[in-house]
Amino acid sequence: MELLRRFARHPGAVVGAVTLLLVLAVALLAPVLFPGSPWDMAGAPFSPPGEDGMLLGSDSLGRDVAAGIAYGARVSLLVGAVSTAVSILIGVALGALAGYLGGVVDDAVMRFTEFFQTIPSFVLAILLVAIFTPSITSIVAAIAIVSWPPVARVVRAEFLSLRNREFVQAAEVLGKRPIAIVLTDILPNALSPIIVLASLNTASAILLESSLSFLGLGDPNLMSWGFLIGSGRSVIRLAWWMSVFPGIAIFVTVLALNLIGEGLSDAMNPRLRKRGAR
Amino acid sequence: MKLTRRNLLAGAGSAPLLMSASVALAQGVQPKRGGVLNVILNPEPPVLQIGVNNQTPTLICGTKITQGLLKFSPTLDPLPELAKSWTVSPDGLEYVFRLQENVKWHDGRPFTADDVIYSVMTFNREIAPRLRGVLSGVAEATAPDPHTVRFVLKQAFQPFLLCFDATALPIVPKHVYDGSDIRANPANARPIGTGPFKFVEWQRGNFVRMERFEGYWKPGQPYLDGILWRVIPDGQSRRLAIQSGQVHMTTATDIEPFDIPALRQAPNLNVTTKGWEYFSPLFWFEVNHRVKPFDDKRVRQAMSMALDRNFIVNRLWFGLGKAATGPVASTTRFYDANAKLPPFDVNKAKALLDEAGLRANAQGVRGSFKYVIPPYGEIWNRMGEYFRQAMRQIGFEVTLESTDAGTWGSRIANWDYEATSNVLYQFGDPTLGVERSYVSSNIQKILFTNTAGYSNPRVDELFAKARTSSAEADRRAAFSEVQKILVEDVPLLWVVEVNYPTVTDKRLHNAVQLGTGDHASYDDVFLA
Repeated sequence: MELLRRFARHPGAVVGAVTLLLVLAVALLAPVLFPGSPWDMAGAPFSPPGEDGMLLGSDSLGRDVAAGIAYGARVSLLVGAVSTAVSILIGVALGALAGYLGGVVDDAVMRFTEFFQTIPSFVLAILLVAIFTPSITSIVAAIAIVSWPPVARVVRAEFLSLRNREFVQAAEVLGKRPIAIVLTDILPNALSPIIVLASLNTASAILLESSLSFLGLGDPNLMSWGFLIGSGRSVIRLAWWMSVFPGIAIFVTVLALNLIGEGLSDAMNPRLRKRGAR
Repeated sequence: MKLTRRNLLAGAGSAPLLMSASVALAQGVQPKRGGVLNVILNPEPPVLQIGVNNQTPTLICGTKITQGLLKFSPTLDPLPELAKSWTVSPDGLEYVFRLQENVKWHDGRPFTADDVIYSVMTFNREIAPRLRGVLSGVAEATAPDPHTVRFVLKQAFQPFLLCFDATALPIVPKHVYDGSDIRANPANARPIGTGPFKFVEWQRGNFVRMERFEGYWKPGQPYLDGILWRVIPDGQSRRLAIQSGQVHMTTATDIEPFDIPALRQAPNLNVTTKGWEYFSPLFWFEVNHRVKPFDDKRVRQAMSMALDRNFIVNRLWFGLGKAATGPVASTTRFYDANAKLPPFDVNKAKALLDEAGLRANAQGVRGSFKYVIPPYGEIWNRMGEYFRQAMRQIGFEVTLESTDAGTWGSRIANWDYEATSNVLYQFGDPTLGVERSYVSSNIQKILFTNTAGYSNPRVDELFAKARTSSAEADRRAAFSEVQKILVEDVPLLWVVEVNYPTVTDKRLHNAVQLGTGDHASYDDVFLA
């Protein structure tokens, strides 16, 4: 409760949270708001916003852009959430291993992490998706694979500092099993930076998926925001609404996630406890 | 009696030499000498020698350098090019070409009958997969004198003359290619031909430059000083280049279909869809007959009925095409207007599927299959998306698959697909461009063969009859029957006869006159 109150004192974070809830609501209510498929050719192609019963206009096949954005929210949020969960899982596992065991294991895991960090992440994602043919699974996997290294590094740093604290030593002396120490003693204390990182990672995962779709490497069966922009890009002189509205959707969602991330970071940081009340 | 060129051309309209002069005069424009033509080259071809590479940019660029014995009018009648006249024996076995005299190669050597025989019997026979079968039917190729070539065929082959266009049988210099590895010859990147323009410079990724060939065999021609081919990889930049007058011409897929309506309105531009009659590209959706239920013709008929071809032409191709009515393009010879596909009718399609035993479940789904999107640009994606929605209407769930060009080609060639789409050229005669997709002898693990695996003994028989018959009426009868059978069997779901737009600046004259459009030598093109 205390945490929530501190979070609520951060105006940006509240705006972010409300915006994200709105986007979530649109995503969940998409089938109610827009019955039928977003791929249905509902009206005349290139109808400007407001005409032909379509609030945000139609695309080159007469598909409703607003329906595309609503259904695209589902795909973009899903990809963001799942790939973040996977990357956190990998990152935490490897980071905990390195930070807790130290020594040779630490060296090995960190060199492995650096190996991924030296490759530009977007290029690697393109490569992975192109090799494994674009589909929702390969896209989520590619995003997770390129975004776990920072998580691993942060978790390792937390573990290194918590590893030698007295409560951990006490647990060891009491004969607790290492796996139990990691899960019940160290991890809960390292949770706040992980949560903050997760919210920021979700934002960048949404951007990454959009960039891939924009380049034509999206799942051709799923309407995502990147797909909408990609298919509207070449006709921007003819139908600006095809790229502008999905662009706004991405912008707003990513901004909201970043605001939430910052709010959480402040709320969980004891040294900044007063900052929100400024 | 021997058939002469005059006889062949009787009633076929005037020759293009006359036509071009009359067109120019009608517009009150005299041919003017000078000026450099700026054209877009997209995508940049790997080489410029026709035959070694047969992609559209190579053909358009290469025809300015390399010529053929004949060229073809929009109604596909043969016209003289390097051959000034020709005769065909009444039994259709002997073809004699009289060649133009005083023709020189760009390196100054004289052009003779030896070059023609080398080009036909060695160069093209070795490297042109599409014509290998035709050319292996040539029993004898001789040169009675340096300016006469005589071919004797093993059996009659009426479309033989159609093979002599520069885009199909380019005439290359024997002294350059003889005895070398054709594909590795350095001349492929800087071709030597007899055409009005000679190769000067190629900066990869930037431009190809050609200059007037002063020794060209038509006196006073070409009119242009040269041609600059500019590589512009981005679609919107190409549109700006033609709109602002930086280039004088765009062709084929240079301009996205949705930009064409705006360009038609531009005061400085002409847009035409003429000049593709020889090629007549036909777009279709292809299903693999080895996959159930596509082996059932009722299913294919239903799928065909679920496609709203007028919607596709108007909405997806922005009017740059014509709804296909069958396997033979309406712009080519032997098209039979009576053989027509059943019209767009979703309810009838559903009834047919019920009849074929494909009942819809509670969700209205009868089955599902995968569709491989050819990775050639936006229109292919849009066509895939349309197909998925059209099939959903009749109860098929279609999953789209993206691939790269190499994977697409090898999957189709290896029959490893359920559905896809394709565009094939028809080359003016069903024997040359249509037969290959339907006869069972051409069910091969090669792209652009009968990869769908359709097989009908009667169709095989009719195509064989049309191939070897020397009487036009017999061929017409055979092709008409084939078309009737094919629109009933629907081996492929023909959708659009594609009309590629050629956009020209109003200062440019004579750019599109032949049935091959801008695949022409351009010796009579001028800027005024």
